[in-house]
Amino acid sequence: MLIRRAPRFAASEITDPQLYLSRRELISGAAAALVLAPSAGTAATPAAAALQPLAATRNAAFSLNEPPTKVEAATTYNNFYEFGVNKDDPSRLGHTLRPRPWTVQVDGFVSKPKTFDIDELIRLFPLEERVYSLRCVEAWSMVIPWIGFPLASLLKRVEPTGQAKYVEFTTLLDPVQFPAQKPGFFGFSSLDWPYVEGLRVDEAMHPLTLLTVGMYGKVLPNQNGAPVRVVIPWKYGFKSAKSIVRIRLVSEQPKTAWEKAAPQEYGFYSNVNPAVSHPRWSQADERRIGEFRRRPTLPFNGYADQVASLYAGMDLKKNY
Amino acid sequence: MTRPARIALKVSVWTVCLAPLALLAYRAWTDDLGANPISFITNTLGDWTLRILLTSLAMTPLRIVFGLSWPITLRRLLGLFAFAYVCLHFAVWSVLDFFFDWPRMWADIVKRPYITLGMLALLSLIPLAATSTTAMIRRLGARNWTRLHRLAYVAAVCAVLHYLWLAKVGVKDPYWYAAALVVLLGVRGWDWSRRVMRRRRARGETTPPRVRSQVENPLS
Repeated sequence: MLIRRAPRFAASEITDPQLYLSRRELISGAAAALVLAPSAGTAATPAAAALQPLAATRNAAFSLNEPPTKVEAATTYNNFYEFGVNKDDPSRLGHTLRPRPWTVQVDGFVSKPKTFDIDELIRLFPLEERVYSLRCVEAWSMVIPWIGFPLASLLKRVEPTGQAKYVEFTTLLDPVQFPAQKPGFFGFSSLDWPYVEGLRVDEAMHPLTLLTVGMYGKVLPNQNGAPVRVVIPWKYGFKSAKSIVRIRLVSEQPKTAWEKAAPQEYGFYSNVNPAVSHPRWSQADERRIGEFRRRPTLPFNGYADQVASLYAGMDLKKNY
Repeated sequence: MTRPARIALKVSVWTVCLAPLALLAYRAWTDDLGANPISFITNTLGDWTLRILLTSLAMTPLRIVFGLSWPITLRRLLGLFAFAYVCLHFAVWSVLDFFFDWPRMWADIVKRPYITLGMLALLSLIPLAATSTTAMIRRLGARNWTRLHRLAYVAAVCAVLHYLWLAKVGVKDPYWYAAALVVLLGVRGWDWSRRVMRRRRARGETTPPRVRSQVENPLS
C-alpha cells in the first residue's frame, strides 16, 4: 500500500545551492582578507548580499494551484515609485534601501500601541507560504509564493478599539534610501510622499490579507518592499503598500497616495473588477507574465468566494 | 553639397534609424526583452516612431533658424522611417498584444482617447507615405502636395498627445516630446508671422490689413 505523506520540509526550506556555495566563497574570502589585512579588509565585503532563506509552511488552503512566475521576472519587473517610475528602476536602484535595522509602529485607535522591531515581528507569528495571484492595475499579473502571516494576527495583538474603522499603512519616507522621493526638475514629484495606503478594518482583518516578509523561500528583496509589506490579493497591486514603517488604526478613510495623485483613476477600494475599466486600461483581461495570450480577469482576482461578502450591498462601480 | 557627402548623410540616417530595430532583434534573440516582452517591444517601437517623426519635423526649422538646406533632403527618408516604425508599433499591438481580437481593439479605439489619437496619427501618416514618391509630387502638383503633407503636423500632435495621455502619473518622457513639438511648431509659427509682416510692409503702410486668404500657408 502506498502511503502518501507530506514532505518533512517545505521546498522553500531547502537552501539554495548558490547560497551555500557563496557562503564558502565568503569564508575563503574572509580568510584571504585576514591574510591581506588590514589593507584589503573592505575587498571581502560581498557586493550584493544574497537574500537569507526564510522557512515557512505552505498553507495549501490559501494557495493557488498554478506554477509561480519566474523569480527573475518577479524581482525585475516592479512598480515601486520610491525608486523610480520605470519597471526596472526598483531592481537597478533598490540597493539604497537598508531593511535593517527597521521598526514598525502600530498605533492609533488601539489599546496596546507598540513599535515592533522587524526581527521581533517576524518571530511573533508562525510564517506561512501562500501562493497568490498579484493583479496590477496595468493589466498584467503574476503568481507569487509569499511568506508572511495574517495581518489580523498582529492587529488582534494590539487590540483595536471601537473607534478603529480603517487601517492606514505608511511607507518609509527617506530620500536617501528612496532616491525618487527627492523632488526632480521644477520640484516635480511623481507622488505626494510618503506613500500611504489604506483598508477598511474588516478588509484588513480578512484572513487573506497577508503581512509579508518574504517570497520564493527567502526574505523580501528590496525591490519587492523589504523588509515588510502587505499583500491583499483581491485588490490591484498598488493597494499592497511596501516597506511599511507605520500601521495606524484610524476612524476616517485614509487619503491614499494614488487617490491624491489621480482620484478619477485610483479609488480607495480598487478591488480587481473586470467590469470597471480604468481610463487607460480595460480591466476585462490581463497578461499573466510569462504567457503569450491575454486571459480574462476574474472578479476580485479570483477571490470572490472569500471576499465578495465584504462588499454586499455596495455599488462597486461607484466605489471603484 | 557634394554627392559623396549626400550619400554619407543618407547612409547615416539609415544606420541610425535601423539601429533600434537591430537592437530589438538582438535582445529578442538573446531573450533579453524583460518580464513583459510584448509591452517592451510596443513601447520601444512607439518611442522611436515619435523620435523619428519629430526629427523629420525638425528639418524645416533647421533651415529657418540656421539657414541650412541639406536637412531638407533627409525629410522624406525620416518621414518614411517614422511610418515604418508606426506600422510595426501597430502590428505588434494588434498581433502580439491582442492577437487579432478586432472587436476588443475597436472598443479600445473608440473608448480610450489615447488610442483614438494613436490611430489618428497612424491614419494621417498613410497618405503621406503613399504620396512620398517624386512621381506622386508631380502628379499632385507642388501646391496640393504641400497642403496634403501638412497632415504631418496633425500626426505629430496626435502622437504626442497619445503618449501624454497613456503615460501614468510621474512619467516625464512625454513632456519632453511635447516640449520639442512646441518648439518645432513655434519656429514655424514665428517664421510665418515674420513673412506676413514683411509682405504687409512691402505693400505699404496705408493698405488696410488683408484678411488671410485660404491659399496662404500658415506653417510651412
